[in-house]
Amino acid sequence: MARDIATGPPLAPTPGTVVVPRKRRNTELVLLLVALAVGLGAWFITHLNVFNAIPENWPMVVGVSVALAAVAHIVVRWRIPYADPVMLPCVVLLNGLGLAMIARLDLSMKAQSAPTQFMWTGLGVALFLIVLIVLRDHRPLQRFPYLLGLVGIVLLLMPLLPVIGHEEYGARIWVALGPYTFQPAEAAKVVLAIAFASYLVERREVLALAGARVLGVDLPRLRDLGPIALMFGASMLVLVYQRDLGTSLLFFGMFVMMLYVSTERPGWAILGTILFAGGALAGWFLFSHVQVRVDAWLDPFATPDASYQIIQGQYGIAWGGLLGRGLGLGRPALIPVVKSDFITAAIGEELGMTGLMAVIMIYALVAARGLRTSLMGKEPFGKLLAAGLAFTFALQVFIIVGGVTRLLPLTGLTTPFLSQGGSSLICNWILIGLLMVISHQFRKPVATIPEIDPDTERTQLIGAAR
Amino acid sequence: MNKPLRRTSVVVMVMFALLLVNATFSVVVRESNLNARPDNRRVRDAEFGQDRGAILVGNSPIAETEPSEDRFRYQRVYPHGELYAAVTGYYAFDYGTSGLEATYNGQLAGTDDSLFVRRLLDLITNRPPTGATVQTTINAKAQEVAHAGLGKYRGAVVAVDAKTGAVLTLVSTPSYDPNALASHDIGNDGEAGKAWQALLDAIGEPLRNRAVREIYPPGSTFKLVTAAAALENGHSADEEWDAPEKLKLPNTDTYLPNESSCGGDKINLEQALKVSCNTAFANVGIAVGADALQEQAEKFGFDARQLADLNGVASRFPDNPDPAQTALSAIGQFDVAATPLQMAMVTAGIANDGVVMKPYVVSGIRGADLTPISTTRPEEFGRAMEVSNARTLQRWMQTVVNDGTGRNGQIAGYEVGGKTGTANTTPERPPYAWYTSYVRAGDRTLAVTVFIEDADIERNEISGGRLAAPIAKAVLEALL
Repeated sequence: MARDIATGPPLAPTPGTVVVPRKRRNTELVLLLVALAVGLGAWFITHLNVFNAIPENWPMVVGVSVALAAVAHIVVRWRIPYADPVMLPCVVLLNGLGLAMIARLDLSMKAQSAPTQFMWTGLGVALFLIVLIVLRDHRPLQRFPYLLGLVGIVLLLMPLLPVIGHEEYGARIWVALGPYTFQPAEAAKVVLAIAFASYLVERREVLALAGARVLGVDLPRLRDLGPIALMFGASMLVLVYQRDLGTSLLFFGMFVMMLYVSTERPGWAILGTILFAGGALAGWFLFSHVQVRVDAWLDPFATPDASYQIIQGQYGIAWGGLLGRGLGLGRPALIPVVKSDFITAAIGEELGMTGLMAVIMIYALVAARGLRTSLMGKEPFGKLLAAGLAFTFALQVFIIVGGVTRLLPLTGLTTPFLSQGGSSLICNWILIGLLMVISHQFRKPVATIPEIDPDTERTQLIGAAR
Repeated sequence: MNKPLRRTSVVVMVMFALLLVNATFSVVVRESNLNARPDNRRVRDAEFGQDRGAILVGNSPIAETEPSEDRFRYQRVYPHGELYAAVTGYYAFDYGTSGLEATYNGQLAGTDDSLFVRRLLDLITNRPPTGATVQTTINAKAQEVAHAGLGKYRGAVVAVDAKTGAVLTLVSTPSYDPNALASHDIGNDGEAGKAWQALLDAIGEPLRNRAVREIYPPGSTFKLVTAAAALENGHSADEEWDAPEKLKLPNTDTYLPNESSCGGDKINLEQALKVSCNTAFANVGIAVGADALQEQAEKFGFDARQLADLNGVASRFPDNPDPAQTALSAIGQFDVAATPLQMAMVTAGIANDGVVMKPYVVSGIRGADLTPISTTRPEEFGRAMEVSNARTLQRWMQTVVNDGTGRNGQIAGYEVGGKTGTANTTPERPPYAWYTSYVRAGDRTLAVTVFIEDADIERNEISGGRLAAPIAKAVLEALL
């Protein structure tokens, strides 16, 4: 591994020239202000629409929101000044809109989840800052593929444990700690992405060595594939056992994509797709809950009781139409579990398809920025991790938003940054932190080291790179 | 690594593109179907709490909305209670809608395509749509007179303008108060639910619209159709018909009696109509044949749905009756059944010199700002009789009123023609009483049919002339 870094191509484009990318931190600042205005504005408009007054606690909420964004921005300037300038404003906007939407749903449901979610936001930003301050460089993460793989699987197993395991909405994917419930799969997503990336990068040359040939795909030798296949197989088994279809699909997609990118063999993607199709078909034949989901997708009105949630979500989106009912003026509370899985249906109802499309575009922007980071980097671990995280983020949005809008059968997943729920929010903040750290490492100028051609020197310099 | 990364990026791009395409599909294709589904509470609640358009009689509303303080912002109100229920229908949250409230729901709610431009403006300004106003042809005074005249009887009154087909009176009793059904106190235990259950349990089935949605044997009033068929099929006015005291029906052992003396063994049609002679008309029916009778009935509007605005049903003439059944059909028995509206159309058609007009109850729709959106033009249903034959029949109907069974329908100073009817159903229950008549006043020709289903009195006392004719007279006087 160390060899990889030392002998890999230099991080600067051509020897001797110093390319200093623009930091664009001021751009980030302006975008952040816009993002804050959207989130807080949505909250104010809700109150104006419903009560014809601005919320009483607005100085506190605005103050804390601005402070959180400001601290995040300052720490970015301090620790990772070359990081991508678009990601942070995008997630601040999504997080703010999610908070506003949850606060709006609180009004209809006579609940108090927004303050808790606000607290989770604070914790999420704190962890984001810890990633920036403590980690700053993603490369140390590369050292523990097995340990992280084990941690990921333990996290996934936790909901099955007797005392702390907790079942909600027919899926045993929760861990209860006192009054709080936690979805460890969200954390496992980030942990396993790191584990996969480090293992695959470390072994990518041996993985490319052909072993058996199956369906036109040269499989690597079993001893090279073994550990990761075990890691992957265990996580899939656990998720299928927990009936967590959405997360299984997410992890499967993440694994196949990372294997394909690291080995550069399209056969993996093809094999993965075939396996997915076969698995989906088998699932449909074997499990009644899969059939229920598929039936609810194809014709929800044939089974109005089983498809109640999807029907209500569809009614909400239809009621919103193109421009929406306006914040606080729709009836999204008619949709069961609207605050978590179906929050995009609430956005469709009150902000219209226009608003929902804008939200989808912001997600696309985050994913595109992550993939762009991956593309421009030269260092394989960072590239693979960034691509894995960005792809997983995009896939998660695709699965849940597609499920809510009836593009796909509905499988439960949280909507990143929008859904109510602390674990999802925190883990996605960490995910964005990692992506920004990687983008800083890839974009920062590295030619502070004089470029010396060892062959022209009298005395050879050894191992001085970096 | 960059080649697979680029391909992955393309996959991600496709995923987001699919989300956006599906979102577009949702708005363009799925939305209208979803919003039209009856179990869609958002649409139903919003419509129920909407500033719905008014239904007008003259310039005064018979259904309107008033602002409401509860979760539905507007309350549907029927200022005249049960008087116009047969026209407006009801507008209930849990039990749907009926009458004009149902037929013109789109216009009243402001969601109909004819209000497209307004809806577009509403969409842009994000304003809830305001409903259009439905103008009816009903005459308030005649409606009140008819309703009061029926009183506790079960029955119906329909009056039409014979020259246009405009329905001037439309009453069905017992009626109901649509206000209770429109209550915002919904659910089975709410005011609306209790009122609904009470109506379902009520004696006399108030929710039935006897004027246009129920068919009854028309009895002797159908002799007008038989007489018309005879004239149209070449039988002269002078032709004399056998009028025995009782007629043995062809190929049966059953005898058809007369209710009263026909005034001779052989009488002409005028005399037969004047005294409502059963045996003479049975013979006429046998002579012209079932096909000619059916054809004549259909020319007056039988076997076709009439007044779709109130979801009216078709009156019925039986297919392929045998001679005995034809004889009974000719006097409005056997399987002949008609709505009171249909008998008003027969009378109006004769009075309008043979031309039957399509009945209509909505004269126009106006936007919330009173700009006309649509106006109903009178339309011919078709010619049922030659002018000369129609005039002959008019004369005979005048004889009925002047000297025959319909004397109670006379109106001093006006040309009035009519026909009584008494329809036997089963021996256990009282017969139905009918009276249908027209009046001519200047260039106006008005027709009215009164039907009484169950007068709750002695069997031999009931007759169309005694019970129904005074109501018809009062209604026509109110209209003059």
